[in-house]
Amino acid sequence: MTRFWTRLVVVLTVLTGLNYIAWRWMASLNWEAWWIALPLVVAETYSLIDVMLFGMTVWKLKIRKGAPAPPHDATVDVFITTYNEDLDMVLTTALAAQKIRHPHSTWILDDGARPELKALAEQHGLGYVTRSGDWTKDLPRHAKAGNLNNALMVTHGEFLLILDADQIPEPDILEKTLGYFNNRRVALVQTPQYFSNVPADDPLGSQAPLFYGPIQQGKDGWNAAFFCGSNAILRREALMQLGLVGYVKETEKSIRRALAASRAAIKQARKSADMDSPLVAEVLDEVEAATREAQEEVDAGRPLSEVTYRVRRRVDAAVQTLVQADVAALQADLEEIAAMELAHVGESGVPVVADDAVQRMAARDWSPLGALESVQAVLDALTVERNDEAQPVMPLATISVTEDMATAMRMHAMGWESVYHHEILAYGLAPEDIATMLTQRLRWAQGTIQVLLRENPLVQKGLKLGQRLMYLATMWTYLSGFAAVIYFAAPIIYLLLGILPVSSLSWDFFIRFIPFMVVNQLLFAVAGRGIPTWRGQQYSLALFPTWIKACTTAARNVWFGRPLGFAVTPKARQSGGPSWSLIRPQIVVSVLLAVAAVVGIIRLATGLAEPLGTLVNVVWVVFDLVVMSILVRAVLYKGYEPAAEPANREEL
Amino acid sequence: MEFSYEVKDSYAEVKADGRLNMVSAPKLREFVTDVIAGGSNRIVVNLENTAFMDSSGLGALIGCLKAARQAGGDLRIAAVQPQVNMVLKLTSMDKVLTAYATAEEAFSND
Repeated sequence: MTRFWTRLVVVLTVLTGLNYIAWRWMASLNWEAWWIALPLVVAETYSLIDVMLFGMTVWKLKIRKGAPAPPHDATVDVFITTYNEDLDMVLTTALAAQKIRHPHSTWILDDGARPELKALAEQHGLGYVTRSGDWTKDLPRHAKAGNLNNALMVTHGEFLLILDADQIPEPDILEKTLGYFNNRRVALVQTPQYFSNVPADDPLGSQAPLFYGPIQQGKDGWNAAFFCGSNAILRREALMQLGLVGYVKETEKSIRRALAASRAAIKQARKSADMDSPLVAEVLDEVEAATREAQEEVDAGRPLSEVTYRVRRRVDAAVQTLVQADVAALQADLEEIAAMELAHVGESGVPVVADDAVQRMAARDWSPLGALESVQAVLDALTVERNDEAQPVMPLATISVTEDMATAMRMHAMGWESVYHHEILAYGLAPEDIATMLTQRLRWAQGTIQVLLRENPLVQKGLKLGQRLMYLATMWTYLSGFAAVIYFAAPIIYLLLGILPVSSLSWDFFIRFIPFMVVNQLLFAVAGRGIPTWRGQQYSLALFPTWIKACTTAARNVWFGRPLGFAVTPKARQSGGPSWSLIRPQIVVSVLLAVAAVVGIIRLATGLAEPLGTLVNVVWVVFDLVVMSILVRAVLYKGYEPAAEPANREEL
Repeated sequence: MEFSYEVKDSYAEVKADGRLNMVSAPKLREFVTDVIAGGSNRIVVNLENTAFMDSSGLGALIGCLKAARQAGGDLRIAAVQPQVNMVLKLTSMDKVLTAYATAEEAFSND
């Protein structure tokens, strides 16, 4: 029945929304003020698409009735990922994980490699994993994804329960979720992330009841519920398969890239190299012939290990000839010297170049080709060893700081299924200060935009249309920062300057706008079934500088290889007084809004502005200020005080 | 799962009999690493009695290939059974590894 009403409201939202936006584009634009009229209608269109994607999500809301009984012989590794969190916190989580009832092994994945934690783990009989020797300093570490990928190589459970260091699991978390894997196509079961250190009014907007509720349930209906990094169970086989496919793809890509670069590299080497030596020229000829042959073989679909092996053999042989000649010349010189200074040779006789010298000097690291850097770089890239990564096989995606979403999308593209199990089975800790909260939101947004730019769901092979749109829906919401700026600018411009982006504020406007607004709010109420969504709405608008920063930094990162300025979210409260500077852009905008409202009212009183336009825009300003007011509470928030509420957690 | 190896004229043949899955994969990696450390860098993994392989097993083969290449040699696979062949195709690993019909053939061309 709920489903019927939800769908009805979705249909109404889409109809009223399209009706409004079509009129806006076709009949309402004030072209004289196109510089604000156009941005505003674009922002409104953006918002309508956002709402329509939300409507599509809840259209297929899936309410599951619990998993069947789990296979009793399923083997499970529980991974607790940590980097720098409090040892007490990690241990509390690990000990709770140890008490999970279904048979399993518990592992602490300590990216901080702390000896104290290792000792604690040993003392309590917990597994302890740090990065293997393969993760040398010059290779990318890939943060949490790297930590998990490293652990996957040294464990062998069929399923993996992933927990952040603060997520204390219930003992029945596996019993309640493993049964979903009886379906051999299921690769992921995600459960909600819930925070136990958040007061009822949630000043930092930490709980995400709309996301870990109707949104994930709706995505579940489209087989697009995605991995959120913690409190989820994954099938190892699916992850390893992703790792293999990724390995083949990356290897082929880098070989093709190297081959494409080889011609220019050889040409450059010919110019710079000691071309008087016919031997060097000969070696370069041989390298060129080898790469050309390799190109043909790759194009013909020959297996890459064969192709690269042949190139290497051919080039090695040529290099060996070159070194051999050098050594022979050296030997001849030595003999000549010895002949000239016969008297001084002494007992050792004529010096002889050692037999293995040729081999040693022709080896990769000493090879004369090393002097021809561009050529050497091409040859180094013509391998199947993936030497630019610590492990050839990287099961968790490393294209984004939110490896979870990227991994889930690849799983879906390979045809795996996912499940969202709507029951709180782990209790975590949310940030308790605005600085940490902002860092965390920035990271999520950056990661999501990275995925959008690197593996746009609209063009990934293997995804169904519904899945593409479900991933797009999440990414789309993170573009809201740009729309927010326009929504703030429009009333300020009207109230200060009297410029209206709409040709007229008349009956035509209200009769289209108000029904849409009403049904839109109704949709959230019906779909949310009484869930408090206001806090979420406030933050999605109020954190506009964070969202914009996320988009710009992620774009710079993906397109120009610049660092994200990434920081691990601290789990402990940051000290210091209220940090107003963190919300400076919002303070500036709020002051501008307030000033604009006052000026607008004065303009109205002096007859410079008309009543209806002023009224609408002042209401708009008041709404914006109410939305933004949450930030004042966020800055002043002093952290969670358990005494204020009945304790709902066991002995901590 | 049972591993064994035999040093032939120009290569060392490793046999992996049984099911090469997530449990035995790390062991294969260890086994082959030891063979390489023992001085053989040209390895043929004979899969004639490997009835089943999963992605972890294939992942271990990649790890072994990397180790052999780093030691200046190569790793090749031979006598692939139907299920393993399917996994090779499914993961597109057939684009990287050539499956030779027999262990003798694997290094016959060089």
